[in-house]
Amino acid sequence: MSEYRPPISDLMFSLEHVVGYPAVAALPGFEHADLETVRDILTESGEFMADAVAPTNRESDTVGAHRNDDGSVTTPPGFIAAYDAYVEAGWGAVPLPEEFGGGGFPRTIGLIIQEMMLSANMAFALCPLLTQGAIEALLNYGSDEQKKSYLPKMVTGEWAGTMNLTEPQAGTDVGALTTRAVKNDDGTYAITGQKIFITFGEHDLSEQIVHLVLARTPGAPEGTKGISCFIVPKFLVNEDGSLGERNAVECLSIEEKLGIHGSPTCVMNYDGATGYLIGEENKGMRIMFVMMNSARLSVGMQGVAVAERAYQQSLAYAQERRQGLAIGAAGKDSAIIEFPDVRRMLMTQKAYLEAARHLMLLNAANVDISTNHPDEATRTRADEIVGLLTPICKGFGTDLGNELTSIALQIHGGMGFIEETGVAQHYRDVRIAAIYEGTNGVQAADLVGRKLGVRRGSSFTEYIKEIGSLDKELAKAGKGFASIRTNLAASVDALGKTTNWMLRHGLQDPNSILAGSSPYLRMWGVTLGGWLLAKGALAAAGMGDAKLAEEKLVLARFYAEQLLPQGVALQGAATAGESDLFALDAAALA
Amino acid sequence: MIKIAVLVKEVPDTWSDRRIDPGTKRVDRDGDVVIDEINEKAVEAALQVKESGGGEVTAVTMGPKNALDAVRKALAMGADAGIHIIDEALGGSDALQTSAALAAALGSRGFDLVIAGNESTDGRTAAVPAMLAERLGLSQATFLRTLTVKDGTVTGERMTDDGHVEVRASLPALVSVTEQIAEARFPNFKGIMAAKKKPVETLGLAELGIAAGDAGGANSWSVVETVAAKPPREGGTIIKDDGTAGQKLADYLASAKLI
Ligand SMILES: Cc1cc2nc3c(=O)[nH]c(=O)nc-3n(C[C@H](O)[C@H](O)[C@H](O)COP(=O)(O)OP(=O)(O)OC[C@H]3O[C@@H](n4cnc5c(N)ncnc54)[C@H](O)[C@@H]3O)c2cc1C
Repeated sequence: MSEYRPPISDLMFSLEHVVGYPAVAALPGFEHADLETVRDILTESGEFMADAVAPTNRESDTVGAHRNDDGSVTTPPGFIAAYDAYVEAGWGAVPLPEEFGGGGFPRTIGLIIQEMMLSANMAFALCPLLTQGAIEALLNYGSDEQKKSYLPKMVTGEWAGTMNLTEPQAGTDVGALTTRAVKNDDGTYAITGQKIFITFGEHDLSEQIVHLVLARTPGAPEGTKGISCFIVPKFLVNEDGSLGERNAVECLSIEEKLGIHGSPTCVMNYDGATGYLIGEENKGMRIMFVMMNSARLSVGMQGVAVAERAYQQSLAYAQERRQGLAIGAAGKDSAIIEFPDVRRMLMTQKAYLEAARHLMLLNAANVDISTNHPDEATRTRADEIVGLLTPICKGFGTDLGNELTSIALQIHGGMGFIEETGVAQHYRDVRIAAIYEGTNGVQAADLVGRKLGVRRGSSFTEYIKEIGSLDKELAKAGKGFASIRTNLAASVDALGKTTNWMLRHGLQDPNSILAGSSPYLRMWGVTLGGWLLAKGALAAAGMGDAKLAEEKLVLARFYAEQLLPQGVALQGAATAGESDLFALDAAALA
Repeated sequence: MIKIAVLVKEVPDTWSDRRIDPGTKRVDRDGDVVIDEINEKAVEAALQVKESGGGEVTAVTMGPKNALDAVRKALAMGADAGIHIIDEALGGSDALQTSAALAAALGSRGFDLVIAGNESTDGRTAAVPAMLAERLGLSQATFLRTLTVKDGTVTGERMTDDGHVEVRASLPALVSVTEQIAEARFPNFKGIMAAKKKPVETLGLAELGIAAGDAGGANSWSVVETVAAKPPREGGTIIKDDGTAGQKLADYLASAKLI
């Protein structure tokens, strides 16, 4: 039996009662994605992840991926079998367009399948996740011919994909990259340069790897305005679709790292490799931006997914481990779950997990509305909401990933620090999620720098109003909801005031809002979480299921009373400006 | 082309602690339910028979509304059609009544082969397959760990306490299979979507021709007198090594018939 249990009923509750999935399933193009079908798909894909993927997780960490002398990379034991089974089951294709062999399901459903795969084995899941990113770039900007020759096999997973942005001098500042692309006579490009930190840049899971590579053509403008995006297949593809000559791209080495040992992080060398331009020259960043929303949401989900797995493990441990005698207990000793402080740790995990999962799915549901709603104004607004929620999902979701896996480890006491328990792996694995796909600092900068200014702040203030409008329902919901109501109102108020402060200061003094951007993002995250848990509790109260109603109410109340107040408390940090941050010069910080 | 019926059943998820409700004296089916693992294997066996020589597989279940999930799972794995026997009056049926209802459902449909799991993981009477074969007048081969169908004959290895015997029966026949029969395949995405279009027939008391006075727990032939919770697990036996531990350990294992 697997040690991972897919949280199907929590997921279904969130879809049906919190994030408005029934409205998504009613959109044109999603008629086949009704709740009943969704439940079948999630149940079966969840069972697949638990039984076929989760058992690979330990050796993924202890054995890891290895580069061989010939430049090939061997993935950990069990990966090939699990990947083949994944392709055969077709889970990667579920949210992709039917035109290319996909299932045409909403992104929301695809994201849940990703969650369960990430819980099962984060390192393994990165291969399909990166492939999905490359697919989205091709879908949006590839030529018809490119789509025809690459997409069908990428959609099934028979071919994998990668994203090649980073170079030693070009991390956060992608614009600093120097890989060169020189046009050949036949219209292809010769790509030369070195990329670092390329996830699944080389591996033995698929016969073909389709690299998407950012590079510069001769004379291209400086910075991000001069970046172009190329397809560089590991094997050139013949006219008939079969694989031809090996392209001039190789993996020079793979990194030793803190976690996700099963995912090879590669230094890739391009030595005049044949590349095919996607879209137009110098428009590469636009392509990256399309994918970014999607990839950032998936990375936010990594935080939730790994924390969920760690939570399950810590909950089991808290019931097994006996130590001391709890107050009022009889017998020789008590399970540690009987101690209030351990309870606090478990409740904190559970409440944050549920809140963050709602948040991810809410974002995804808005993605689906933004692509499939018949009304243009509705689509546009949904797209704004996606713009607002994405950096919060990425930043808050992965911060929680770190915090909650740390709590799970803490519950294990000394055994948590011992690798044999396996809980330390989750803590190490999830640590990267706050760093890649735009560090969380960059997410906060995106929130105040790009997103806050949308319609001069109205995109944000309208959404805050929407959150605040739950107050009416909470007021009617009775005594049990009273503290939820007051705490949510206080948090919404603080968020509104802070947003106004940001809007007032942003233009004259951008550094002051950048200074407060991370606490501001956190305020958004905790407030959205409290709002969504309250929504869930209200919905559960009306379902005629007393046990469920009690469960959701307690969770929402615990969150509102004990976690949400940090939203108010962060207002000071968010609006303090930069002066104290820069008051001591670097020498004084020493 | 042979027509195969495979019996499937929903049981409480092995994750949730299984419990007998002291009031109704029945297995508590309130928690999460899943298709019984042995049935998944039976479905797998049926699909393999179909794939080896052509055929059509019908998944048959009897139970409340959520029992349909077991049929849907079988359809997603590749079964062609389903039958759901559902009627409130059937609640609490014992093995005799269950086999009667199944026999009524399968009776006139001309199945060549009926495949069942050897026993369910909840009720564990292990009696329904044999009763059903008897009622339908089929030859029966139970507790098979292998299964081959060829030229109108089914052969397989039947598990016994000391080993196995080769058995053979001519079709039509009923077989029950053990856990060793096969690893069940994972339903794939296409299979799940295809399953939605496959026919599932619903049968109640009227369609089955069972009189209300014969149906359900109130009219069952067997009566559960009492139920008792399993005694709490006792502490293990600890043998201290005073030089004779080896001997004591061997004696202990021998007394438990482990060696
Ligand atoms: C395991 C792993 C897998 C990866 N996979 C891929 C991959 O598949 N493809 C790929 O292209 N890349 C990949 N990366 C690279 C990853 O995206 C970068 O490491 C990340 O973008 C950060 O860049 P950097 O490491 O250069 O850090 P730096 O940019 O040097 O950042 C250092 C610190 O400074 C802060 N900082 C930098 N600039 C700013 C700013 N303008 N405002 C505020 N703070 C700032 C950052 O937040 C960070 O805290 C991977 C990295 C790792 C470790």
